Amino acid sequence: IMQITNWMDQIVKENPDVVTKVDYGKTYENRTISLLKIGSKSASAKKAIWMDCGIHAREWIAPAFCQYFINQTYKTDPKMEQMMKNMDFYVTPVLNVDGYIYSWTDNSTRLWRKNRTPGPEGCECLGTDLNRNFYANWGTVGISFDCCSNIYPGKSAVSEPEAQAVTNFVGKRADEILCFLTIHSYGQLLLIPYGHPNVIAPNENELVHKHKNTTIDLVGLAAAEAIKKVHGKQYTVGTSPDVLYANSGSSRDWARLQGIPFAFTFELRDDGTYGFKLPEDQIQPACEEAYSGALHIITHVHDKEFIKPTGTAATVAATLWTTMMAVFVTSTVIV
Amino acid sequence: MRLKIIIVLTILTGITGSPSITIRPEVELVDNKQRISEQQNLVTETDEVVEDVMATGELNPNHYPAQRAAKVVQHYINTLYGSPFKVFHLHRVHSGNAEDVADSGRKYQLEISVQEMISNTSGKCSAEVFFSRGDKQHSPQVQVMCEELLKINTTKEEDAFYQHLKKNTSLLSAEYLPDSHGHIEPDMKPLWHLASVASSFIMLNESTQDTLFNMAQVANVTQLATESDQLKFEYLILLHEMVSQEIIRWKLLVSWCPPEGVKVLQMEKLPHCHECEKPPNTN
Repeated sequence: IMQITNWMDQIVKENPDVVTKVDYGKTYENRTISLLKIGSKSASAKKAIWMDCGIHAREWIAPAFCQYFINQTYKTDPKMEQMMKNMDFYVTPVLNVDGYIYSWTDNSTRLWRKNRTPGPEGCECLGTDLNRNFYANWGTVGISFDCCSNIYPGKSAVSEPEAQAVTNFVGKRADEILCFLTIHSYGQLLLIPYGHPNVIAPNENELVHKHKNTTIDLVGLAAAEAIKKVHGKQYTVGTSPDVLYANSGSSRDWARLQGIPFAFTFELRDDGTYGFKLPEDQIQPACEEAYSGALHIITHVHDKEFIKPTGTAATVAATLWTTMMAVFVTSTVIV
Repeated sequence: MRLKIIIVLTILTGITGSPSITIRPEVELVDNKQRISEQQNLVTETDEVVEDVMATGELNPNHYPAQRAAKVVQHYINTLYGSPFKVFHLHRVHSGNAEDVADSGRKYQLEISVQEMISNTSGKCSAEVFFSRGDKQHSPQVQVMCEELLKINTTKEEDAFYQHLKKNTSLLSAEYLPDSHGHIEPDMKPLWHLASVASSFIMLNESTQDTLFNMAQVANVTQLATESDQLKFEYLILLHEMVSQEIIRWKLLVSWCPPEGVKVLQMEKLPHCHECEKPPNTN
């Protein structure tokens, strides 16, 4: 984790005009939870994109992806430059710092998932599943109140400092955040809200015919297409209860309930052969394809917000108008 | 000329108004307060209710019921045809169908693609999976028919490996396959493949409609001395169950020789590893 923190500081040092590090919470073991805020500086509050990685300790490809993503942002890509002008990117490379560090201890700790908070009184195990701890149908489905369980949701909603950190930071900025991406592995899936089988996100496929290109699952499908174009990997899109399993208290569901319209859980490679222990030679391709998918979603929310819906037509007309005016004025002057 | 320009300009202005239009984007913002209180006070539907409404008839091949049943087919194929040089993995589910069978259980019919991981060949299979319901929980019953796929010839590699180990005076052992970084030494790969096949027996036995198993890691493997033609290994294998997200430890006694294939002679589920989760201050 030292490497990651040092690297974050390095990025800030090299790009002070676009990158800031924000410490926004503490873990149970009192470690700092930080994000990088990337975007051109602005006096007023900007719209933003949220991405977090490593909420589950053993999903190592996720923090790798956040770092990859950060590296892509300040490359001179004209579209990315435009988006950085209009939006800020809040990226947390490792959310569950305690758990992540623990999973690096030795071979026997590699498959740890939860955080490192002690269990309740009398429990011989420790740790809470952070992705069951958020205030979103907390403690209802896809959990176990056995404190030794890997899907133990904590003693109450948002009982965990790591979940509190996200809730506080994102909660304050919910109106500005256009999309919330939370990165996991494995399974090759793009999951949309909600985790509870009886709740449907307002912008799910009901609205297909009316709002064709704003529907969350169509955006997800397009993102999966983008992913497939990179290395041919198939990512399935759907709600968690349809495609994987029902769950509650997830950060994605909480974000959606805050009104953030596009909330996705990314489950990266692979599909079970190596599972959590993705071989090193797959890290780069896994990141490349995930980036393609994330970028599609981010571009979509950006364009929807900043490029007028009548889009090209309006800009063309405006340009024509101005040019005509200029011609008129000049021709008047000349003649 | 000038008149034409004026006319064009007037028309354009008429259509688009002034160039500095602000069209409100269609953001589907939810009324925060109302929505939140609605959603978070939802009726707590229990898992049982969810299960009773299970899909019947034609299944969405990408949804979990077909996917879980298809995974069982993968395990089954490995128990019959797997070897240290032949390991099968579910690639795609093309279509699926489910129906209840009286009160005894549920039957799935699936069209899937399966991939052999070492030769990297895939083929289609048709399969039927039966999950029994009720007091007597049997392991799922599977029937499968695959095209060409199962005819892959690995005799040469298997015989070479078998002979090599038989001749070797020292016994093989290894731990953590793969290691934390997904790495496996090339000459240990056959032992990892063998573990995949052996754990398929367990995963097949343990599978239900509410589980999805993958082998997470070989914690350790030790070759045992034998008098017979068989090669014998004792394995400690970690399985990952997706729905509960648990890591389940199994000790297996496995035998293998090319003509007879992989057999699991003994299996023992080990308790949840509390030691692995010992809080730091009790070290």
